[in-house]
Amino acid sequence: METRDLVRIALFAAIIGALGLLPKFDLPVAGGVPITLQSLGIMLAGVALGARNGALAVLLFIFLVALGAPILAGGRGGLGVFYGPSAGFILGFVPAAFVAGLVMSRLEDVPIIPAAIIASLIGGIGVMYLFGVPFLAWKADMTFVQALLACMAFVPGDMLKAIAVGFIADAASRAVPKAIAGRG
Amino acid sequence: MISNYLGRETWLHRMPAGAKLAALAILSVVILPVDDWRALVAALAGVVLLYASLGKEAFKRLAMIRSFAVLLAIIAALHLLAGTWQEAVAAVARLVMMILLADLVSMTTTMQAMMAALTPVLTLLRPFGLNPRKLSLAVSLAIRFIPVLSANWEARSEAWRARTGRRPSFRLLGPFIADTFRIADHVAEALDARGVARSRRGGREWG
Repeated sequence: METRDLVRIALFAAIIGALGLLPKFDLPVAGGVPITLQSLGIMLAGVALGARNGALAVLLFIFLVALGAPILAGGRGGLGVFYGPSAGFILGFVPAAFVAGLVMSRLEDVPIIPAAIIASLIGGIGVMYLFGVPFLAWKADMTFVQALLACMAFVPGDMLKAIAVGFIADAASRAVPKAIAGRG
Repeated sequence: MISNYLGRETWLHRMPAGAKLAALAILSVVILPVDDWRALVAALAGVVLLYASLGKEAFKRLAMIRSFAVLLAIIAALHLLAGTWQEAVAAVARLVMMILLADLVSMTTTMQAMMAALTPVLTLLRPFGLNPRKLSLAVSLAIRFIPVLSANWEARSEAWRARTGRRPSFRLLGPFIADTFRIADHVAEALDARGVARSRRGGREWG
């Protein structure tokens, strides 16, 4: 692995951590509903670093949480979160970033904004919930449908984040050539 | 960086990190099949006593569970709607107990000790392409850069607030990400210049 890749992976893990520490945030379309940005960081990792390095950045982030760094959204960290009902989402971060990166590379010929939005929707929402919901059902002794209902409240916010990723990826790639894997 | 590590040393601090991790792993397997709400509530009470045995500061950390309050309430409500109150109590008690137990390990173990305890396990992953030295470099870099990037973000949102009078917008994120990539490439050049993370070209062997 090139040093450049290693450092980008490490700094992206730091970005995901920093995004979780940020105070709440206004998205223009959300009508002022404050949301945290950690899952946006996950989507962005896959989109910007590509499938493999994006997943590694997320894995590194999760490793830091397990070591005890309080960098999950809301300042949580340590082993406790892996025993929580939402641990499936945290573990789902890794395949989510991977699939987002995969979709992004498949959409090479599509302009960056729609490509990044589609990649984020499939990876950051589809795959993430594919892991999070069954895990929640298992951990909390609920049926799959009950667990899905419990998660529905988060879907609109996640969709807005996926759209934001499209514009962020576009802005980043215009500011720094090769900011987005496989483009520019 | 602030962590949930407990500064004042207790008897649990003195136990080896590996033993605590092993105990946690065994307990989580033992607890999983238990369905009796009375047994689970009793075990939860035991965990609370364990916190109490570590002193006042540790006892206050029980409040950390509040960050799960909404999700726990939803879980309890769904159980009450679809089943019995006993099931609701059992589900919530089991979750709370395991979260508290795991937090107890993190509260009494430094990140360095945790890393050291995990190193033998990580070494086993070498055949799968994991290089423990590269991992520890990446861990140090990420930990070092979280406060740096947070400060960078703060400066940006300060400027944004000064100019617009509004809360920071997601539009600041594009340049923020781009700037982080620039920093990353500078750091990589600096590491290469000092031969720190070199993998193939001469010098020390990392790969």
